[in-house]
Amino acid sequence: MGDRIFVEFGNWLAGLLALAGAPLLLNEIVLMIVKAVAALVFILLNLVVLVWLERRLSAWFQARIGPNRVGPAGLLQPFADLGKLISKEIIIPRNAEAILFLLAPVLIFVPTLVLFTVVPFGRGMIAVDLNLGIFFFLSVSSVSIIVMFMGGWASGNKYALLGSMRGVAQMISYEIPMVLSVLGVVMITGSLKMSDVIASQAHVWNIFTQPVAFLIYFIASIAEVNRPPFDLVEGESEIVAGPFTEYGGMAFAMWYLAEYGNLVLVSAFAATLFLGGWMAPFGWTFIPTWVWFVLKVYFMVFLYMWVRWTYPRMRVDHLMHFGWKVLTPLSLANIFVTGLGMYVFRGIGW
Amino acid sequence: MNTELDMRDRLEENIKTDRYVLNMGPQHPSTHGVFRVIATLDGEVIVDAQPVCGYLHRGIEKLAEARTYTQVIPYTDRMDYLAGMLNNMGYVMAVEKLMGVEVPERAEYIRVICAELSRIASHLVAVGSYSADIGGLTGFFYTFRDREKILDLLEMASGSRLTFSYMRVGGVADDLPPEFFPAAQKLVKELPAALDEYDGLITGNEIFQARTKFVGILDAKKAIDYSISGPNLRGSGVNWDLRKARPYSVYDRFDFEVPLGQNGDCFDRFRLRMIEMRQSLRIVEQALAGLPEGTHLGKVPKVIKPPAGEVYHEIEGAKGILGYYLVSDGSPKPYRMHVRRPSFINLGVLADLVQGWKIADVVAILGSLDIVLGEVDC
Repeated sequence: MGDRIFVEFGNWLAGLLALAGAPLLLNEIVLMIVKAVAALVFILLNLVVLVWLERRLSAWFQARIGPNRVGPAGLLQPFADLGKLISKEIIIPRNAEAILFLLAPVLIFVPTLVLFTVVPFGRGMIAVDLNLGIFFFLSVSSVSIIVMFMGGWASGNKYALLGSMRGVAQMISYEIPMVLSVLGVVMITGSLKMSDVIASQAHVWNIFTQPVAFLIYFIASIAEVNRPPFDLVEGESEIVAGPFTEYGGMAFAMWYLAEYGNLVLVSAFAATLFLGGWMAPFGWTFIPTWVWFVLKVYFMVFLYMWVRWTYPRMRVDHLMHFGWKVLTPLSLANIFVTGLGMYVFRGIGW
Repeated sequence: MNTELDMRDRLEENIKTDRYVLNMGPQHPSTHGVFRVIATLDGEVIVDAQPVCGYLHRGIEKLAEARTYTQVIPYTDRMDYLAGMLNNMGYVMAVEKLMGVEVPERAEYIRVICAELSRIASHLVAVGSYSADIGGLTGFFYTFRDREKILDLLEMASGSRLTFSYMRVGGVADDLPPEFFPAAQKLVKELPAALDEYDGLITGNEIFQARTKFVGILDAKKAIDYSISGPNLRGSGVNWDLRKARPYSVYDRFDFEVPLGQNGDCFDRFRLRMIEMRQSLRIVEQALAGLPEGTHLGKVPKVIKPPAGEVYHEIEGAKGILGYYLVSDGSPKPYRMHVRRPSFINLGVLADLVQGWKIADVVAILGSLDIVLGEVDC
């Protein structure tokens, strides 16, 4: 069965190590490394696909053709892009704080990588099924803004500073509705564990019981990953590229790769929290669970790209207004209605 | 006692906010070319803005003094390169006025068709790049897709896609080719649907409206004081379109309306261009239907030698009133040429308009003025 292929491989490896007489600790360390490498490969593979997809989809939305010359259907285009970026020099501006400036694009990858430990890729395919998985996701994902601010500050450029200041304000005001929207799901599930959240959606997906929460999560997560219409951090028509203005070559590419990594993450969590995770819809279990998961993630990615290439950019004050005066009260109301609904349904005896 | 007050005093003393200078341009994504704004900012709010232009100055007015009257025509294309036909038209009409040349009726109609197509092409760029300025890149590609069709038409007429040099003193360089007419009819029929599409994608968008409505308000008095013209003036509600106010060429024969704005904000200026395109299409349609037979070039001497004297002629360009001032000393070369470039004069109000708005609004306001740097710097 394709469904168990990765789990079986893990078990086989563990069995092999045990057979070779490795102590339990070593066994676990090796398995952990294998899982980490698998997650890394997954991320990098996704980045390549996403770069290609973004370019092809944007072309599609804009009545263009897009890259179609490098490799079949332009699939090798991301490698060509990367090759170019790697070969370029990383220029450190005179005003920059060299150490922080160089450290930031490396560190930006850390929260992204760490978060992949709690992504349930398929049945039994979660690296660490934390009791506080959702809480872990929400807390670690907001760390990246510190790194972004670090990069913007260290660049010694006014555009970069403006961009990173905007980023911090945006992150704070959109983190709250996002957390509150997820709270609706947590209330229904009664657990912060990823596997419990998925198990609770066996009959009906959370998107149907929590449509408002899904909408709020969707909007707030666009702001989380700095994509249009909330890409004020790097609003290219005003502040050139925000915190990334002074970066070139691979340092520049790291920022973008981290951004795409975050895109996969928020899509993965949207799929887990609202779209039933790796569970097959309509009882189509002949397709492996991890394929379902990837399909759902890419459905979300498509939505994010669709929004990106349709809407213009918001202004800073409108963004704050929308976050604090619309999304936050709405998510609070959603929690109230969810609580009320749960109380009523429990009273009926569901 | 009073420690709380002390604390606050000390906080305010310690947290000193400072204004700073942000340089936008000459290489910046949304200055529409090589243009620079030195902005003094308080946080994100503009306190003072100082526009700097001249990076694209080529001295076209001076160059004209060393060229014959016909040789100047290609230079006019390179001013407002988005509406080359209109620039051609303004220049050749000024020379004709100086010489007293009679232009055949067919040539006048062809000029009107090409000029209005050029106006649509220019407005398409204005609308599309404005969408891109606000952050919606897709609108930019949509308008450019349809601008291509107009450029195809103008290429059929002139053989060129950007710098047409199609008009001549006394008429136009060549008659319209037969394949022009079905293609033009098709465009007249299809473009309104494309404009509806932009309305759906750009004009109707909630974020776009929030970004542009009541932003950069230019009231009628200020607009007149700053000598603003074109869609920017009409956006403030002043009914002044030279095609109606002082009809030149054959514009008095066509039925079209001059749309007006109400608030004089960025949105009005943008929307006006959308409506003007539809009106220009109406003119093209009528001109195509009423195109008379005849010759495309009037009786003009081989060497154009206007009598000594001076002339000023202005037409309604895509960006505003486009005027040519020529001084002739009776030789085959103009003694002096000066061009009233609407982009340059419209740009004057920028520093006044952006004060008190945010950085993002500078881009929105600058985009709504629709300048072409080739024309600003000449």
